[in-house]
Amino acid sequence: MIITEPKNKDQILKSLADVKSVFVVGCGRCATSCSTGGEKEVGAMVDFLKASGKEVLGSKVMEAPCDERIVIKDHAANTSQIDKADAILAMSCGAGVQVIAEVSGKHTLPALDSMFLGKTKRHGKFSELCIMCGDCLLEDTGGICPVSRCSKGLLNGPCGGSHNGKCEVNENYDCGWYLIFEKLKKLNKMDKLKEFRKPKDYSRIIRPRKVETK
Amino acid sequence: MTLKEVINSNNFIVTTEICPPKGVEVKPLLEKAKILKGLVDAVNVTDNQRAKMNLSSLAFSRLLVEEGFDPIFQMTCRDKNALALQSDILGAYALGIRNILAITGDYPIGGTVRPVYDLDSVQLISTIKKMANEGIDSFGDKLLGKPDFLVGGAVNPGSEPLEPQLIKMKKKIAAGTDFFQTQVIYDIELFKKFLEEVNDPNLKIIAGIFPLKTYKLAVFLNEKVPGVKIPPEILSRMEKSANPENEGLEIAADLINQVKTLCSGVHIMTLNSLEMVEALISRTNLK
Repeated sequence: MIITEPKNKDQILKSLADVKSVFVVGCGRCATSCSTGGEKEVGAMVDFLKASGKEVLGSKVMEAPCDERIVIKDHAANTSQIDKADAILAMSCGAGVQVIAEVSGKHTLPALDSMFLGKTKRHGKFSELCIMCGDCLLEDTGGICPVSRCSKGLLNGPCGGSHNGKCEVNENYDCGWYLIFEKLKKLNKMDKLKEFRKPKDYSRIIRPRKVETK
Repeated sequence: MTLKEVINSNNFIVTTEICPPKGVEVKPLLEKAKILKGLVDAVNVTDNQRAKMNLSSLAFSRLLVEEGFDPIFQMTCRDKNALALQSDILGAYALGIRNILAITGDYPIGGTVRPVYDLDSVQLISTIKKMANEGIDSFGDKLLGKPDFLVGGAVNPGSEPLEPQLIKMKKKIAAGTDFFQTQVIYDIELFKKFLEEVNDPNLKIIAGIFPLKTYKLAVFLNEKVPGVKIPPEILSRMEKSANPENEGLEIAADLINQVKTLCSGVHIMTLNSLEMVEALISRTNLK
């Protein structure tokens, strides 16, 4: 899931400084799961914007603002309100903001910061698990990713800052390589830890990336 | 003798380090460095240590060559991509630098710095050695001439658990590391245990020595620096001493005398208090 965090309210108002009327869009998938852009949060945003003197012409939690097909459909169904609005405030990840901006042709502003691809531990608690490097090596590391879970993304073991299973960057962070070490020991696959790993294939992250399977 | 010659001769190795200045006034530090002449075999030049910006390690290494020293050019994987690292390796060789310490580098926290880590320390060592031995860069392209570097790696004997560190150390050995510099040590028993685990008498291990100046510094190192363990008796000596700087030197001298028979050399770190390097070497009859 894409983990998002709400932007500071003052920052949102600042981005809306020249905007009188707004249409608010939420996300029915990741941002709903993160409680950052679902029905409840969109409702609260509408109230906040009204209280801040903005005219809110309508709102819609789109099932998936990152899916162009859905956005085209939802845009068509709300076009009368959207067309009148000076801007759209999108409570979705950056992908959603951009699809909405493209489909609507409107001035579209983000209400959230896209943080990472990760897991939900419990309500409101998320952690990063994947940087989408395009060169997955989880088969060799006990299902624990050193690229995202080692602060430095090292491929050949822990740095000298790893201590008692924690990371030099923050003593509350687990050292990814310590986790890998413990897991491989448990799986009786320590030989994997001893293998020299070459640098990653960075050609897999030449941006903007496209995947075409059909 | 160059560091390479000292290592090959099996003499006890004595190195120290200089942190380049934050700024362009290099003369005072170069003047100060003269005190090290004849006392040390090589001088490490730190590379933006603790992820704080200073004059470049490459540039200061060259200045030390001009002063007649054999510098150890520290290269972290933090600030440069695979192009810049290798370009600097070639540049360093052309400038008369013959030793590199290849390390990961502390993470830069906060601000507008994005760390690189295109290569990790094992990959960097492997890259330098491939350039040196085969005349080929990491992209598989042939070089004009071979930059024949002596390459050092870092290891932390106090790491807990030690096993993953040792596995990584073995990878560095397989990649061709010529010598190892350790994290600072205070606990001689722990260091002995580490050497037993490494169990390779031919390996050149240079013990990190950092004379304590104050009790506060000792507590900080003990509590905040990963893998640095200061035994209670040393902490207590620092706390009770009326002259903590001298006490710190005494403790460091004791450590040096003890490691003399255990490993290949010592690396004395003093954060540019180079007179302390001189004091320690004379107290321990190293030169």
